[in-house]
Amino acid sequence: MYAYIARRGLLFIPTILLTTILVFGLFWIVPGDAAMMILTGEEGDGGKVTEEDIKRVQKELGLDRPVYIQYGDWLWKILQGDFGDSVWYGTPILDDLKDRFFITLELAMLAIVLAFIAAVPLGVLSAVKQDSFLDHISRLLALVGIALPTFWLGILVIYGLTYFAGWLPPLGYATLWGDPFTNLQQLIFPALVLAFHDMAFTARVARSAMLEVMREDYMRTARSKGLNEWMVVGRHALKNALLPVITVSGYQFGRLLGGTIIIESVFVIPGVGRYLIDAIIHRDFVVVQGVVLLAAAVVLLLNLVVDILYGILDPRIRYS
Amino acid sequence: MANQTNQRAEVAVPPRAGMFQPAATGIREVKRFTRRKPLGAIGGLLVLVLVIVALMAPVLAPYGARELPDRHEGGSTVYIPPNSQFLLGTDHVGRDVLSRLIYGARISLYVGLGSVLIGITASFIIGVALAYAGGIIDMAAQRVVDALMALPGLIIALAIVAVLGSSLNNVILAIVIGMIAPVIRTVRSQVLSLKELDYVTAATAIGAPPWRIVFRHIIPNCFAIYLVLATYYLGFAIIIEASLSFLGVGAPPDQPSWGGMLTRAAQEHVLTAPWVGIFPGVAIFAVVMGFNILGDALRDVLDPRLRGR
Repeated sequence: MYAYIARRGLLFIPTILLTTILVFGLFWIVPGDAAMMILTGEEGDGGKVTEEDIKRVQKELGLDRPVYIQYGDWLWKILQGDFGDSVWYGTPILDDLKDRFFITLELAMLAIVLAFIAAVPLGVLSAVKQDSFLDHISRLLALVGIALPTFWLGILVIYGLTYFAGWLPPLGYATLWGDPFTNLQQLIFPALVLAFHDMAFTARVARSAMLEVMREDYMRTARSKGLNEWMVVGRHALKNALLPVITVSGYQFGRLLGGTIIIESVFVIPGVGRYLIDAIIHRDFVVVQGVVLLAAAVVLLLNLVVDILYGILDPRIRYS
Repeated sequence: MANQTNQRAEVAVPPRAGMFQPAATGIREVKRFTRRKPLGAIGGLLVLVLVIVALMAPVLAPYGARELPDRHEGGSTVYIPPNSQFLLGTDHVGRDVLSRLIYGARISLYVGLGSVLIGITASFIIGVALAYAGGIIDMAAQRVVDALMALPGLIIALAIVAVLGSSLNNVILAIVIGMIAPVIRTVRSQVLSLKELDYVTAATAIGAPPWRIVFRHIIPNCFAIYLVLATYYLGFAIIIEASLSFLGVGAPPDQPSWGGMLTRAAQEHVLTAPWVGIFPGVAIFAVVMGFNILGDALRDVLDPRLRGR
């Protein structure tokens, strides 16, 4: 067991290092470079920036050093928790991100839980009653969930709420601890929208995992022992089929994070998404870089946790 | 009902082993496909409509994409509800929503086809090469793919558009980078399993050089998966383009992108002008749904191993 965790953990290190290189590299090739941006920001018009100004600011920012030193320096600071300052706001990124990050995380978690609750029964029923009317409906629902753009579904939900209920979730943001009721009012609709999309994928996986398991020999054994059908499905099939579903839910997290960013824009939730979009519009690359890296790190870490859990729950994985 | 016919047809017509069919029997093939996969045929029809609308946009659209038409009754043309002159109403500037939707089909198709042709083809070349290279190159590349997989598609796309600036071609590049990792992974594992098949061993045994095996045996057998991936990722690309444009970082604002048309709808005029927020969404949904169900049906028909999964 420990060997498995160690092996999986060791695999994590080169992956996350490569991710940092990718993220760093992406922003290193920026054509309009940071020095130019700061200067035009300082003086209000780009026309007066001279060659020397650019050189000076580049020196201040350390952009005149070889790229591997810049990368090392950047990585070292990040390891110490210093993601740099926002060029636009002038404040440390991590301070700005802290509160927003928890909002986004709460939204994503709520969505995952809701999706899981809906998707597993749907997928299981679909597999048990394969090719029935119910199966076709649930497969159609999954197709619709994948094809519906989340932001449009969000807009429709807002339309529906205002038109039919004459009510909109309160604007702004109440913390989960401070005012849980308002918090739930604000997050439940965006979470439902996200969950619908996520459910589509998860239900598909649950269905095919169930179909796979139902063909196993031990299912026939369980039935021939005379167990009733729900016992067979619940105790023998579901338990084994849930593993891939959990894994896929974990891997889906990245996609969900992307969806969260959009849905925050629709429902005006002050999470990481809004921060990222504003940064992109202001061409504030330090922020974009920080957010992208953080998102990747969260996804990688979650995948690591899922893989380790998987190893604990299913001994076959450990020895393969 | 439709699915019952579908099943009977499946029983009556067992899937053939070969994946290549001569093109001459085109119409018969389409009819057969329609009978076996009615849902897939609907998907194909939706895709066909998209292509026709995109190609014939100037003929079909009553007004230009950026044109500010005069109202027959006179007065302002801002936010006019759907009527006989403006079938789907007008937007916040006074442009005809229907015309913008029709021209928007061009953007969706351009971005979708562009990113899929570049992205899937590049991933195929890389995937096949990796599966054949093996060893340390494959190992290293797999780690890069893992790292790329960790970056969520939309977030990568956002970052790339942020760096390069918003234009349609940059959106295509962003989508390509966002899709490349999972596709490489799929292709690589497909090629690895094909390599183990008997006829490849047989070809090796009679002394066929590796390039011949790749081009004559491996690549033709990847054709099905190429088509299926391309269909799915067309839908993916169209959604990502719409999302980026919706967030205001995709297509430039004057371009009639379906996603961009929804930006204002989300911010204001929820009750006064709902048509602005409804029709572009319907278009995105219909087209993506079309590609997805066509992809599902193609996968079932072309790759019997995956049927019904």
